[in-house]
Amino acid sequence: MLKTRIIPCLDVKDGRTVKGVNFVDLRDAGDPVALAKIYDEQGADELCFLDITASHEGRGTMLDVVSRTAEQCFMPLTVGGGVRSAANLVELLRAGADKVAINSAAVANPGVISECAAKAGSQAVVVAIDARKSGDSWEIFTHGGRKPTGINAVEFAAEVERRGAGEILLTSMDKDGTKSGYDIPLLKAIRAAVDIPIVASGGAGKASDLAPAVLEGGANAVLAASIFHFGEVSLADARAALAAAGAPVRPFEPQKVK
Amino acid sequence: MAYLALIDYGSGNLHSAERALRTAASASGAACEIHVTADADMVRRADRIVLPGVGHYADCAKGLRAVPGLEDALGEAVIDRAVPFFGICVGMQLMADRGLEDGETPGFGWIQGDVDRIKAAPGLPVPHMGWNGLQLHQDHPVLQGLGEDPHVYFTHSYAMQLKDNGDLAASTDYGAPITAVIARDNMVGTQFHPEKSQRVGLQMLANFMAWRPV
Repeated sequence: MLKTRIIPCLDVKDGRTVKGVNFVDLRDAGDPVALAKIYDEQGADELCFLDITASHEGRGTMLDVVSRTAEQCFMPLTVGGGVRSAANLVELLRAGADKVAINSAAVANPGVISECAAKAGSQAVVVAIDARKSGDSWEIFTHGGRKPTGINAVEFAAEVERRGAGEILLTSMDKDGTKSGYDIPLLKAIRAAVDIPIVASGGAGKASDLAPAVLEGGANAVLAASIFHFGEVSLADARAALAAAGAPVRPFEPQKVK
Repeated sequence: MAYLALIDYGSGNLHSAERALRTAASASGAACEIHVTADADMVRRADRIVLPGVGHYADCAKGLRAVPGLEDALGEAVIDRAVPFFGICVGMQLMADRGLEDGETPGFGWIQGDVDRIKAAPGLPVPHMGWNGLQLHQDHPVLQGLGEDPHVYFTHSYAMQLKDNGDLAASTDYGAPITAVIARDNMVGTQFHPEKSQRVGLQMLANFMAWRPV
């Protein structure tokens, strides 16, 4: 049986993690590669880097971070932020990413989704949707959640699937940062519209918030940042809470290659 | 000196496969040089071969066939000389008779079967993406030491439909059984990504580098 993926997410700017990170035993909490390694050792099912670098020069730095992570962590790696074209996607995949998340560019020019899927296969193409409740529906926001688009999130989700996206990374702008749990109605609405996997994001505040996203919302993976970075919830806690609620998780025990 | 040829034909997971092979070799102490190559002569003389692959079947087949002499060299090494071969994801699917992704594309025809779209049960998304457990059907040298209830990372929308179940070394359950590992004689192939499957995947690669098929 396919297991629920638990995905720690790191915001990276100019090659350094930006959201506060508070790990005991970590000399440089700003180094995304060192953090990735810790999550790898703790049995994260996947890692996500979101590049929030504004400058053009920063892109090369991100490629280096991805490459150094992939040298040490033998696990799936999703990278998003500033991806505009199939060429951007290819350079991230070459550096060691397995999937690339497209956000603003997918909204501005949905054709980029099919272009990317044709180039690298649907399994490599994630569309990141940032949605906020607006009346009876949800509206898409871009540019880190700052720019409203007037686009209906549920209709857009169905469109990105048609265009070849292999996964949706769904962030609730209403829930993000509130630590009050994932946005279950939003997840359910998107789940009803698409057959591709959905990663739930925004709102995780405690281990018991994870299971409802899967069992009620229909998410296939749960992504969180601060609860993991501040050690409020360990990956072992997250696995235990999901399993106790009835969401299947991967058994994990650290062992060495013989 | 004996070497493993990791075939470079433009596959997106080439570097990940290379890093994982090098890490597995050093962790297990396997005495195996690794050459990343697209050179037909290097492939023909190799002592072991790993074929990565990710994305579209037809694209991968086209990319591989665009390298002069590569497919013939693979056949000479793997079929005529019977050197150990490991295909990863689409690299495994290419071992089949044909792929049916966007039309029909001939494979190598080493293992009888077709590569067809996963017929998902209701409520199960395609791609089949994430960690899933392995049910082992063969006591194969490459599948030793994986621990209790081994899980590996899958990401695919197409899967191998084998004609002969004797070629099935492991399967995974996604509503229905999906071919996860195929094995025949000197050949193995995995639908999942050992290079992305943490310790379990590295162990398989280490096992492969020590494998001496009889």
